[in-house]
Amino acid sequence: MIRAHVTGAVLVLIVGIVAFDAGTAEPLNPYTAPPMLALGSGMAAAGAHCAAPPPK
Amino acid sequence: MSQAASAAISSSPGALSRLVALAAVAAVVLAVALVAGPRYGLLLLIGLGFGLALEGFRFGFTGPWRRMILERDASGLLAQLICIALVASVAFPLLAANGAELKGAHAPIGVAMIGGAFVFGAAMQIVLGCGSGTLVNAGSGNAIGAVALPFFAIGSFAGAYHLTWWTNLGSLPVVALSGGPGLAITLVGLGAVAALALMVGKPGSYRLPARYWGAILALAGLAILHLVVAGQPWGVVYGLGLWVAKVVVAVGGDLSGSAFWSAPGNQAQVAASVLTDVTSLTDFGLIGGAALMAWWRAGLASPVGVLPARAWGAVIIAGLVLGYSSRLAFGCNIGAFFSGIGTGSAHGWVWFIAAFAGSWVGVRLRPSLGLEARK
Repeated sequence: MIRAHVTGAVLVLIVGIVAFDAGTAEPLNPYTAPPMLALGSGMAAAGAHCAAPPPK
Repeated sequence: MSQAASAAISSSPGALSRLVALAAVAAVVLAVALVAGPRYGLLLLIGLGFGLALEGFRFGFTGPWRRMILERDASGLLAQLICIALVASVAFPLLAANGAELKGAHAPIGVAMIGGAFVFGAAMQIVLGCGSGTLVNAGSGNAIGAVALPFFAIGSFAGAYHLTWWTNLGSLPVVALSGGPGLAITLVGLGAVAALALMVGKPGSYRLPARYWGAILALAGLAILHLVVAGQPWGVVYGLGLWVAKVVVAVGGDLSGSAFWSAPGNQAQVAASVLTDVTSLTDFGLIGGAALMAWWRAGLASPVGVLPARAWGAVIIAGLVLGYSSRLAFGCNIGAFFSGIGTGSAHGWVWFIAAFAGSWVGVRLRPSLGLEARK
């Protein structure tokens, strides 16, 4: 086995995650998406982050 | 694989192949921007940039710490500190002036946080891959990284599931440096660590190779862009746990027993498309960028190393531990060390000390686990 096989398997895994999610998650709507840049948007940052403290 | 296919991988790709690959990547980014929104397409592109930079400049976090511990070569650690200083120099003023739109990687210091960082440091030396490193290694065809990755994700999900229990063991309030004085303290702190590393390191460690300077500039620029686009600093491990949470819910699992996963924000993210999650997109990009760079320079033809069964067992356990401990520690080398210190969080400094001590242990564990020859 060479490294190309490993890379191929990992990329298949990623495509599989996205495909699985597309079939189970809420549908996408680009018209309700946030502006391209958070800076200057006037909106509070709402994305999840690993450093965010847990809810009380 | 046929001989023709093997030959195609072992030789550098031609101009046409490279053009097709770049067009395919551009098409994927554009498709995400169109179906999910422009911010998400841009975040995928930033993730690709991180992957290209880390693989292209052969830069990381685990290797430099290992070389500092084993060879007293401080150059890689010095490069990391310079990169964080550059990010902090821009991020602090941005956060001070735009606190409503941008947020730092701020987390509380606690018992579990310190223990998690120590264990993470040990595990990252066992698999020779940290948060970003495991993704880059997996993307560039490293079998250890590829095997560790799914278990890293499972561990991240489980660590988040239990996070509240762990933080209840004892945590301080969040301490975050901010503004001009906060930046000054951060830069002095980074300078002090750099000076200590150079004192302890072997002579000549201050000379950084050109590729390190390339990595410093690329990573700092991308990290600042990430903050401007996402409104939050670069992170890795939340997305990995989210993928598992989505699978658990899809197969009928119940997350209501977890204060973390049942919180409204996380419930919404589990239900929403993965293409709207910041860390998932940059994680996908990291893997894709590393794969593209490895293919670009014909680095995918080398054989995968053969390891004993106990070594693979150690990789699986280390992957689980990496994921679990990184949640307790409020981040990995990226979310806690790089982004935490870069945006003023005191937990980033404590994470660094604990994880470096853990790395010292992890470096010494590798031979006994069959992952390298005993000396």
